[in-house]
Amino acid sequence: MEIIVADGLARTFRSGKTTVSAVQGVDLSVNRGEIVGFLGPNGAGKTTTLRMLTTLLRPTAGTARIAGADIVTQAAAVRQRIGYIAQAASASPKHRVYEEMHLQARLHRMEPTLARRRIEFLLTQLELADLGHRMACTLSGGQRRRLDVALGLVHEPAVIFLDEPTAGLDPQSRSNLWEHIRWLREEQEATVFLTTHYLEEADALCDRILVIDHGRIIAEDSSANLKQSVASTVVLVEVDGDAASGVVVLEGLTEVREVTAMDGKTLRMSVGEDDDDRVVLDAVTALRAAGLEVRSFSLTRPTLEDVFFNLTGRALRDGAGV
Amino acid sequence: MSTIQGTSVLFWHDLRLTLRNPVWMLFAIAQPLVFLVFFGPLVTRTLGASGLSSHNAWQTFVPGVLLQLSLFGAAFTGFTVITDLQSGVLERLRVTPVSRTALLLGRVLRDVVILLFQAIVLLLIAIPFGLRADAPEILISLAFVALIGLSLASLSSALGLMLKTEESLGPLFNTVLLPLLLLSGALLPMSLAPGWLNGISRVTPFRYVLEAVRSTLQGHFAAVVVAEGAAVAVGMFLLAMFCGIRVYMRQGA
Repeated sequence: MEIIVADGLARTFRSGKTTVSAVQGVDLSVNRGEIVGFLGPNGAGKTTTLRMLTTLLRPTAGTARIAGADIVTQAAAVRQRIGYIAQAASASPKHRVYEEMHLQARLHRMEPTLARRRIEFLLTQLELADLGHRMACTLSGGQRRRLDVALGLVHEPAVIFLDEPTAGLDPQSRSNLWEHIRWLREEQEATVFLTTHYLEEADALCDRILVIDHGRIIAEDSSANLKQSVASTVVLVEVDGDAASGVVVLEGLTEVREVTAMDGKTLRMSVGEDDDDRVVLDAVTALRAAGLEVRSFSLTRPTLEDVFFNLTGRALRDGAGV
Repeated sequence: MSTIQGTSVLFWHDLRLTLRNPVWMLFAIAQPLVFLVFFGPLVTRTLGASGLSSHNAWQTFVPGVLLQLSLFGAAFTGFTVITDLQSGVLERLRVTPVSRTALLLGRVLRDVVILLFQAIVLLLIAIPFGLRADAPEILISLAFVALIGLSLASLSSALGLMLKTEESLGPLFNTVLLPLLLLSGALLPMSLAPGWLNGISRVTPFRYVLEAVRSTLQGHFAAVVVAEGAAVAVGMFLLAMFCGIRVYMRQGA
């Protein structure tokens, strides 16, 4: 069942006399219980889309519904059903952890006993149980991030939006937060929509990935399918003998997409990621049958980074290796 | 949740921070207090020489200091809005179903309560210097302080939300508030001013409020100036609420 549906969602900003289209017509749908990753470089329109879906920004065109409620005409109903964990820390620095949690519960009209139980549960789950009396500004980076998550979950939202949830966290805090995000779906039966520009994050967490660039969705699939459809496994084979003759042999194999002789002894071929290991074995067998002994081979599987580069012609992060 | 409940929840949440460190409330009256102590004796003597008795002089001077406290105290609200906007706290609150009006009023009321507390402290300090005031005079004066505080704090919140940075809000207030304060006749009454200055003064709002408070503290409650001041203060209050609520509803949906 679809819990998030957007149809032609667009937003333009006016700066002086020029108008900038941050998001130009996004269509998307997310099913109940999915974890969907919204992937794109900085400035691609991720946060703007998220701010529209969370009622913080009015779209200039298009519509969207969350759990059946329209984001513009039924904004209050949408707010009741969603949790939003923004990129910026959301706890007031001088307030104590439990004060912020109670405020959030009251603003969501929770019944006090229920709220107390829920807050206790969340603080325990998110490893903040002993920190209730601490001021938010005294927490570590990872703890503050978990408090942001806890604040977004107080009212048991059906849909949770996370904007760059692990940006700026150390690797340990990051994998710890990933566990909590998986827990959201598995134990809390929530739908999770997150933006990220960390490929490994999208890879590790998401059932499905939407790739956004220049304000448009340019690809949408599971991480594995995206890699398979857009990028290939690259295999380098070093042979004893004339590599050029090996090219002819390998071109005879149907699964091999492209073969070139790198130098006198090395062959480079690309194959679909699916079944790539079997194709490599076939290739080795075929080369041997043709009298070329294989000395070594290496296999490089595609990453989402490759997918992204193939789709957009640019790297996801400045300076990132492709 | 109704707007009233939402306002009350946010009001107490914000006030809690102030109550935890109440000493900070007194820092805000440092400047008006300096005026009262180091400038008050000078002004009241000058006023006395110009024909007003020393008793009347303090009744004339203290309302000006109260106005100064109200203007600059309430204008500060916008800076706290900007802090919460930049830190992400405000965004988090906006994604809850709480009414936008409550988001505005919770904070504004907190600041007005603090302002009233400061005004009371200031009036009490002024008494040994020569201010004469009974409960009714003080209560009516505080009502004026509350109306100005509500108006300015709402406008300041709305401006903070629109301008988004301290760098733009700060200069705006300095440019607007100081001339308005001087033109109100807060430091010296406009009856001493040349005609042209008095004329400009008549088109600024705080002059009327100030004259009303002065008249009140001199025991003339039923004077026309009090009615004029009340009308201006209530008008400002309604206009400021309208603008504030409108901006809170529109900005970021």
